[in-house]
Amino acid sequence: MSSAICSQLRAPGTWLAVVGFVVIGAAGLALPQWQFLVSVALSKGIVALGLALLLRTGLASFGQALFFAVGAYCVGLGMNYYGLTELFALLAVSMLVSAVLAFVLGFLLARYRDIFFAMLTLALSMICYGLLLNNVELGGSDGFNVNAPTLGSSAEPWQLTGTNLFAVGFIAAIVCVMAVAVYMRSTQGRLGPAIKDNEIRVEYLGTSARRNIHLTYVIAGALAGLGGALQAFNIGHIDPDMAFWTTSGEFVFIAVLSGTRFAFSPFIGALLLEVARAMAYRYAPNTWQIVMGAIMLAIIAFLPGGLTSLGLGRRKATAAHPVTQTATAKVSASADAT
Amino acid sequence: MSQIYAVLVDGVMYAAWLFLVALGLTLVYGVLKILNMAHGSLYALGAYAGVTLIGPWVAQGGNLYVSYLLLVLAAIVAGGAIGLIMERGILKRFYGQDPVVLLLVTYALFLIMEDAIKLVWGVDPYSVSEPYSFLGNFDLGDLSYPNYNFLIVGVALVAGVGLTAFLKFTRSGRLLRAVIHDREVSQAMGIRVSRYFVVTFMAGAVLAAIGGALTAPTVSVAPGMGVEIVVLTFAVVVIGGLGSLPGAAFGALLVGLVRASAVHYWPQGELFSIYIVMALVLAVRPKGIFAPLEARKI
Repeated sequence: MSSAICSQLRAPGTWLAVVGFVVIGAAGLALPQWQFLVSVALSKGIVALGLALLLRTGLASFGQALFFAVGAYCVGLGMNYYGLTELFALLAVSMLVSAVLAFVLGFLLARYRDIFFAMLTLALSMICYGLLLNNVELGGSDGFNVNAPTLGSSAEPWQLTGTNLFAVGFIAAIVCVMAVAVYMRSTQGRLGPAIKDNEIRVEYLGTSARRNIHLTYVIAGALAGLGGALQAFNIGHIDPDMAFWTTSGEFVFIAVLSGTRFAFSPFIGALLLEVARAMAYRYAPNTWQIVMGAIMLAIIAFLPGGLTSLGLGRRKATAAHPVTQTATAKVSASADAT
Repeated sequence: MSQIYAVLVDGVMYAAWLFLVALGLTLVYGVLKILNMAHGSLYALGAYAGVTLIGPWVAQGGNLYVSYLLLVLAAIVAGGAIGLIMERGILKRFYGQDPVVLLLVTYALFLIMEDAIKLVWGVDPYSVSEPYSFLGNFDLGDLSYPNYNFLIVGVALVAGVGLTAFLKFTRSGRLLRAVIHDREVSQAMGIRVSRYFVVTFMAGAVLAAIGGALTAPTVSVAPGMGVEIVVLTFAVVVIGGLGSLPGAAFGALLVGLVRASAVHYWPQGELFSIYIVMALVLAVRPKGIFAPLEARKI
């Protein structure tokens, strides 16, 4: 057991994650005015973490907002209709419902690749958006407010707000990063980049690409559900826009910006996005998307592995699984681009 | 009984409009294999360009018949110019990469375009409705429809038939079909593939812009109009089969009729009935109904 832990500690990206979480924790505790921003970034980072797993497998889901919204609505419904305020129960329900939904949808989605995967996930999340928008019992287009969760089931449970709430998101993020780091080094986890590289080869090696994709999708769904639940606590409000396709686009943006090399990667992108957005709202409310788009283009063009491929940890040549790297076999197709 | 006619007429009109907007998307996918997320922004661009040009024209009492030409002209200029810049400036650099990478590139372009439009035109809505009301109404039984809708049906028909005829009967069209069928061999046979790419992308952009410009008089042109349309046109072309012109027509018709039935019989379902159709079609036929056959290359 201890040797397993040691090998995890030596894994690439461990120090990045440790330093990253120390910085995030310090920022959240020492700078109260940044606490909310960091909490939001952590929730989105958890969603992008699941998406990064999919991207590692070569699949871009433009529908992670589906699970994000489902997680958030589980919290909202649990609180407003069933009087459930216990933190762990709400988080567990959100993750479980999202995972089950992802498991069911996965039977369909695991058959799709490339653009068709992106399109079908997008369609499914738009169905969810439409359902939420039209459902008056669920608040319609206005959504509804969510109270602070509680911890402890005694007569006077502990209301989680402010720093305590930040701590919940912080711990959740650490747990998720550790779990995903372990998964990425497991046999199933290593199959992801292999499927992206050459699916047929993976099949010939005697394993099922479809089953792996199904599993990855369920993990990504559960993580997105968790992120959505945390986001509901952070914002204190949920509405159907959480399921709109632009929300999914934002998660894709975070995952692409960060790269998928390490489990911690998505949090870098999420933090940068939130800081940039906060700055932009103050200084350039109408042009911040231009900046974002330009950054995304630059990343895809010059850093196909995302920000974390910038010489962190070992060199690229040994351990690169860039999101957007092109298979060399496709060079022939690029010949006619000039 | 009249409700059924209403559904049919509404559905066909909506379908024509959808087809006009989605035509460029499916054309660009067919030739360049790019699913262009910025298509909605090009649509919005056309709408803004249209109102900018005909706004002063109408205000000065210019001939309203000319205003329709001006709408289309504005769309051709704006769509063509931005299409050229997008393709030559940015997309060109990413050819040959994963389809997913190209999807992300166009998503970045979408973000840029959304704000660029706000920068140029501001966030206040524009509305020029004179060309819409000018043509009057048409009575169909006990139902009354604006003639402007028939204009859109006509333009959609012209665009669809024109493009099909171009692909079938002209020399350039046949060469373009060769490019669609096999880029590499076409290149080897001496077809200037990159030139076909630019022209096709510009044509797609112009079609989106024309769709937007012709929609402009019927709505108030405001930020966010591109966001709404992206997924809708995706649904249409994905249902029909990406890259297929008859597919886009069929997809538009199906979506139009489903939406019209939803509006009349199940108003709450208007928004997501379309996506349910899309999910159902994809579940049964993963590549859409009229998906062009692709030779498997190893």
